[in-house]
Amino acid sequence: MREIRELLVKKINELLENGTVNRVIGWKAGDFCYDVTPAVYTKEDNLCDFLFDGFCGANQSKYLINETKEEGKVLVLLKPCDSYSFNQLIKEHRIDKEKVYALGIPCSGMLDINKMKEQGITGILNITEDGDKVKAETLYGTKECDRKDVLLERCLCCKGSKHVAYDELLVPEAEEKELGGADRFSKVAELEAMTPQERFDFWRTELSKCIRCNACRNVCPACSCRTCVFDNAASGVAAKVNADTFEENMFHIIRAWHVAGRCTDCGECSRVCPQNIPLQLLNRKFIKDMNELYGEFQAGEDSETKGPLTAFTKEDAEPGIIYTRGGDR
Amino acid sequence: MSEVLIPKIGVVTDIRMDTPDVKTFRVVTQDGKKAFDHMPGQCAMLSIPGVGEAMFSITSSPTNTEFMEFSIKKCGCLTDWLHQMEVGQMITIRGPYGNPFPVDTELKGKNLIFIAGGIGLAPLRSVINYCRDKRDSYGTIDIVYGSRSADDLVDYQEIIDEWEKTEGVNVHLTIDREQEGWDGHVGFVPNYVKELNLNVDSTVLICGPPIMIKFTLAGLQELGFKKEQVYTTLELRMKCGVGKCGRCNVGSKYVCKDGPVFRFDQIDELPDEY
Amino acid sequence: MLKISMNEIDKLFKAIAESDTLYLPIEKGDQIEFYAYDDDAKVRLDALHTVKSAKDAFLPNCETMMKFKVEGKNIEIEEQARVSEEFVILGVRACDARSFAILDKVYLSDPVDTFYAARREHGIVVSLACSKPEETCFCTKFDIDATEPEGDVITWIVDDVFYWEAKTEKGKALTEKIKAVFEETDNTAVEKQKEEVKAVLDRLPLNSMDMEYLKGADMMELFKSPKWEELYKSCLGCGTCTFVCPTCQCYDIRDYDTGHGITRYRCWDSCMYKDFTMMAHGTNRKTQLERFRQRFMHKLSYFPINNDGEFGCVGCGRCISKCPISMNITKVIKTLGGDSE
Repeated sequence: MREIRELLVKKINELLENGTVNRVIGWKAGDFCYDVTPAVYTKEDNLCDFLFDGFCGANQSKYLINETKEEGKVLVLLKPCDSYSFNQLIKEHRIDKEKVYALGIPCSGMLDINKMKEQGITGILNITEDGDKVKAETLYGTKECDRKDVLLERCLCCKGSKHVAYDELLVPEAEEKELGGADRFSKVAELEAMTPQERFDFWRTELSKCIRCNACRNVCPACSCRTCVFDNAASGVAAKVNADTFEENMFHIIRAWHVAGRCTDCGECSRVCPQNIPLQLLNRKFIKDMNELYGEFQAGEDSETKGPLTAFTKEDAEPGIIYTRGGDR
Repeated sequence: MSEVLIPKIGVVTDIRMDTPDVKTFRVVTQDGKKAFDHMPGQCAMLSIPGVGEAMFSITSSPTNTEFMEFSIKKCGCLTDWLHQMEVGQMITIRGPYGNPFPVDTELKGKNLIFIAGGIGLAPLRSVINYCRDKRDSYGTIDIVYGSRSADDLVDYQEIIDEWEKTEGVNVHLTIDREQEGWDGHVGFVPNYVKELNLNVDSTVLICGPPIMIKFTLAGLQELGFKKEQVYTTLELRMKCGVGKCGRCNVGSKYVCKDGPVFRFDQIDELPDEY
Repeated sequence: MLKISMNEIDKLFKAIAESDTLYLPIEKGDQIEFYAYDDDAKVRLDALHTVKSAKDAFLPNCETMMKFKVEGKNIEIEEQARVSEEFVILGVRACDARSFAILDKVYLSDPVDTFYAARREHGIVVSLACSKPEETCFCTKFDIDATEPEGDVITWIVDDVFYWEAKTEKGKALTEKIKAVFEETDNTAVEKQKEEVKAVLDRLPLNSMDMEYLKGADMMELFKSPKWEELYKSCLGCGTCTFVCPTCQCYDIRDYDTGHGITRYRCWDSCMYKDFTMMAHGTNRKTQLERFRQRFMHKLSYFPINNDGEFGCVGCGRCISKCPISMNITKVIKTLGGDSE
């Protein structure tokens, strides 16, 4: 990681110096070792608090919607999975490609501080990664855990080391590697195997925790509407709070519908949810269904192909399919 | 203990079409009385259940003990609904909210200049009629009022029938552009104010669109008025009306509670977020 | 001082729940919040923080205030009854316990908010001293003693024993009702724990944060700081910080058509949201910079100006651990003070 950071700083300085870009969206070190904040650096800022470590999970593609409206070209640092969101945003004409320089950067999986805390590692003062292990200095002594146990959920089903869009790569891409290697649809399949009542109970327990903070929506690269339906007072659903259980369910279900076919499965929704609602599961259910009905499709894989829900073919499933797939009523 | 957020029922007993987009509504309680006492410049929360609740300045004078009036411009969800109402419609009302213009203290005995643009006359009408009813307590009164056209002058009938005929009250009307049948002044309020040769010792009460206020204030300062002599009333989003919900918070002030009436020297001490 | 073994703690919960509704940190769907206790509850007194703070008990996320019957031109108002029965909230940490005093300054000041006041009157706060503070804690900056929280009753957990000490009349009355479950004890173990925890509190990393410059600071100087520009930049404009904050007090009032009438409810609102100040003709805070600044200026400047210098923050650290992009009040304090390390 440290070597990558050094290479990165060198490359960023070079691109700033030679005028390829006039600023970069980077990660800024926080008060602790894990509270990294996305930040914009220009040539005038020195990069001393610029950070690249295991806690740079945040997908920065969405910041480009606003950043590309400003003067000059901006440098974005894309981890392999971030490049899918980037591509999708270009496909949807949400960002001006001409005003971005994309640098593909390698990633060996990002860490989830909450998973460490769930393991009882609290009072964290410092964290060091040491091969397969993560060590933490805490107020209560030194603690250690396996790296694979504290990876971000999305990294368990890593999309691989290949970037699908970039102007330049920081280092050559590694051969396909297995990180975690879990089947991203296994939990979806578990839910599908439940009885409707069990499934309903599962989602009620999860969705009833929602505090309608809108973090999932605001971080989602696919949620790029200028005015969201949930902010439109005239829509009748612009509530600040879930006034009843119907709204609790519908906010997330409507959002999943809105991003269906465009969601790259980046998992930011799950990462930012203060209530740990497994929102990514909802999206994965849609992706799994679309794969089964329309053939395998990965949103953001390229910047031209039409998504399954925006392209009509005669082979498309008939609407009546819901009766056979919906299960017993 | 009664809850301020729980409103009373009001009944609309009269609706007057003032201009193409301003109507004046007369409101009393179900037993035909005034909903509550107020002072000039104070506001009330009106609502239609299911549509919304919003703050409106009380247009009628406290000296009117029978009913309250609200002059309301059609400009959003709730006001659209209010404009479609018929006489007899019930609404909800709570208040009074905010501080009044200091009619019984700082303004007493002073020469007063009222400057209003468009619907900005609504909150000042309450003060003007209060001062007319207590005519001996104040010096000369100048009213400068402008709007886009002659048709957009709110309370026009009351202005010519009553205000112009009150002793010591000078009314100066102006409209933005020439119009057939209008033989009065034409031009924007800020310029007109400069032409009027107003007494620099007067206290000024001003309300209108932000751009009008900005240029009028600059003009007044050129004439030698100090910010301490000029009052205005601010309009911000409000929900509770009692300084708790946080919506109208600007700096350390809550406009619904510490305002809406401010002197410009007080406004200068606040962040520029109003 | 009284005690009960943690192995028998259910006896205490049951004894309280027999006469009053009891709210406890309870785990549901992997998250811990204050929920009403029942036989199936998975009580988690070991958790340092619930996601939503304990303010939910007095200023609920959402509460109905009145209902309207609308028929033709007629309207009838049916006022929602205030809370009139005693309830107990147990497991309140020192930071959350202090937040009630801050909310009181808003909601109990004239004109009193009767919905809030009724809950404060009938609510009994049983606080729980901290035994394992986290690195995100900075209650010490607000002179809060995490080893001796405010409350009607203070409790401590030392090893496998739960210690109980009533502090107020309300707390003593509650104790009287349930005293059969307790044994008498002295405070030796509790005092020992206090010393140990204080040693940890002394080593909290945020202790070094300088807040002195904020005391009596010039409002306009803070407001005009060029630092806001860099601070706000990554803010997503979500409401997470607001909704997990024990002192955020802003609310919205909304009408909801149930199909059988109109319900007017109030709910938490966030000044971080675009529509917070939206009126028919626009908003006075058009940019996220202005909205971001409003939230922190309110806590660090506006609220103290109006409340004898008391900050609108209790140092619970929820915003530190919950902000999606790790921007929070401590970073604001450090950066505004020029100490961004």
